[in-house]
Amino acid sequence: MSLLAVRDLTKRYRRGGKTIAAVDGVSFAIEPGETLALAGPSGSGKSTIARLVLRLIEPDAGSVQFEGDDFLALSGTALRSKRARLQMVFQDPLSAFNPRATVARALDDPLRIHAIASSAERPARIAALLERVGLAADLAPRAIHEISGGQRQRVAIARAIATNPSLIVLDEAVSALDVSVRGQILELLLDLQARERIAYLFISHDLGVVRAIAHRLVLLDTGRIAESGDARAVIDAPQSAIGKALVAAAPRLNRIRP
Amino acid sequence: MSALAEIRDLSVRYISDGGEVSALKRISLDVVAGERLAIIGESGSGKSTLALAIAGLLPGSATIEGRIGWQFQASRSFPPPSVLPDISPTRGEIGSVAAGSPSARSAIGEAGNDSLISPLVGEMSGRTEGGAVERRLSGASPIPGRDIGFVFQDPSASLDPVMTVDKQIAEVARTHLGLDWPQAYARAKHLLGRVRLPDPQAAMHAFPHQLSGGQKQRVAIAAAIAAGPKLLIADEATSALDTIVQAEIVSLIRQLVAEDGMTLLFISHDIALAAELAERLAVFRHGGLVEIGATEQIVTAPRQPYTRALLDAHLGLDAAPLLRQAPA
Repeated sequence: MSLLAVRDLTKRYRRGGKTIAAVDGVSFAIEPGETLALAGPSGSGKSTIARLVLRLIEPDAGSVQFEGDDFLALSGTALRSKRARLQMVFQDPLSAFNPRATVARALDDPLRIHAIASSAERPARIAALLERVGLAADLAPRAIHEISGGQRQRVAIARAIATNPSLIVLDEAVSALDVSVRGQILELLLDLQARERIAYLFISHDLGVVRAIAHRLVLLDTGRIAESGDARAVIDAPQSAIGKALVAAAPRLNRIRP
Repeated sequence: MSALAEIRDLSVRYISDGGEVSALKRISLDVVAGERLAIIGESGSGKSTLALAIAGLLPGSATIEGRIGWQFQASRSFPPPSVLPDISPTRGEIGSVAAGSPSARSAIGEAGNDSLISPLVGEMSGRTEGGAVERRLSGASPIPGRDIGFVFQDPSASLDPVMTVDKQIAEVARTHLGLDWPQAYARAKHLLGRVRLPDPQAAMHAFPHQLSGGQKQRVAIAAAIAAGPKLLIADEATSALDTIVQAEIVSLIRQLVAEDGMTLLFISHDIALAAELAERLAVFRHGGLVEIGATEQIVTAPRQPYTRALLDAHLGLDAAPLLRQAPA
């Protein structure tokens, strides 16, 4: 049984009297410990799918099975406890945190809300979470806005893994980072996956990053799946028009650097 | 190879939280006339500060040391629009550091170059009577918007949300080229065609929010080149766009720069993108110039470890995957 199974997912928006299908009959599955990438140009529906899977918005049609449950039918306590297993990291960690919070507070919230640790246990849990994402425990009292962008994204990942999730949705989670920091964050994600068997739904417009980190790839175009398969196989020999266009447009050093 | 801009010992400091932050540290480099030069760097490298300093757009609170010597071909000579006070005879003096240098040439006698700018501008050259010519001495400081066009990362922030796009472009042409409104609108229409908007006629009267991100950036480019600048600065101009639109905008910039004989300063965090467009690369880090050289030399034989690290961190479509194992 797949960890996540999305079937015929559809989301329509009304704009200026016209109905636009942002996501149009999309189906895919993610296995435990796997990274599935969603890629495509602006407006292809990749972020809408992320928000549908997280139930930040509700679909017009389709189903989402997560850990064997009909995720769209859950409500109340059942939904809240299931949400702990499905976490998210966004592109801009600064806007994802309470700007007045400290690092400790940002990590204390999920531990408290999901009743994972008592108040006496939480400082030690927070220190352990920081260590798991490669940060020093003495970062805990610092304000979120004081630390660097790379450190902030590590805190966002620490917050995501605080509730012991089986799946993390990463929506352009490394796109705003400097390249040197980006490499470190990708390594961290791979290490966490290897150690804890977390699956990732990895949303990115950057095929170079997708090729480096994803097992499988779903390429989207105007809300529909253009092609899917092994990430490297699709990128190395795209079959769809959008796949060919994305690959052709990717900047590459090897045109100059043999 | 003559330098359009000679930057010497340029330092810029900002006041931040009561302390001073050094954004650029004694930078010296030449921007060669007609070249495509890319400035590469990560956050905090000073690349945008350099772009703003060259364009004369740094905030008044910034402390600037060093100098930028300009060598503009005196090629245009338009009176300012009549609605503005005519302060231009003194403009050449403001901030000028290279005036009177041996290479400075009088613009008189070169005013015939007008037709090089664009066919439309050439038609307007009859309006130059009135003594505008002599104020265009080379070595004078450039005027932002006229001599230097600037394209920013976010066109939603740089375009006026409540003004139609043709007016935004026409306004630049009217302000700097001394055109009347019908002439300026005609130039705006011509420019919207040159930046290859899908339907220039419809886009004329559109507001920015009615256009896609890539279309907005095309409008911003049209406005940036509306006065026929010698230098076009693009500061992360494609970073907010998806890969396909990014490639289209880079191709458009390359074409416009070639057609108009502009010098290009392309500011980017993406060394691969910059290498595809620029003839020379300058790598910045922590406000300092790490190295500068021909693109091929920087990419194939970098002299500095930091440049090599930047190149190695690029995840191209041929890079070795980070993923070591298939899922269990």
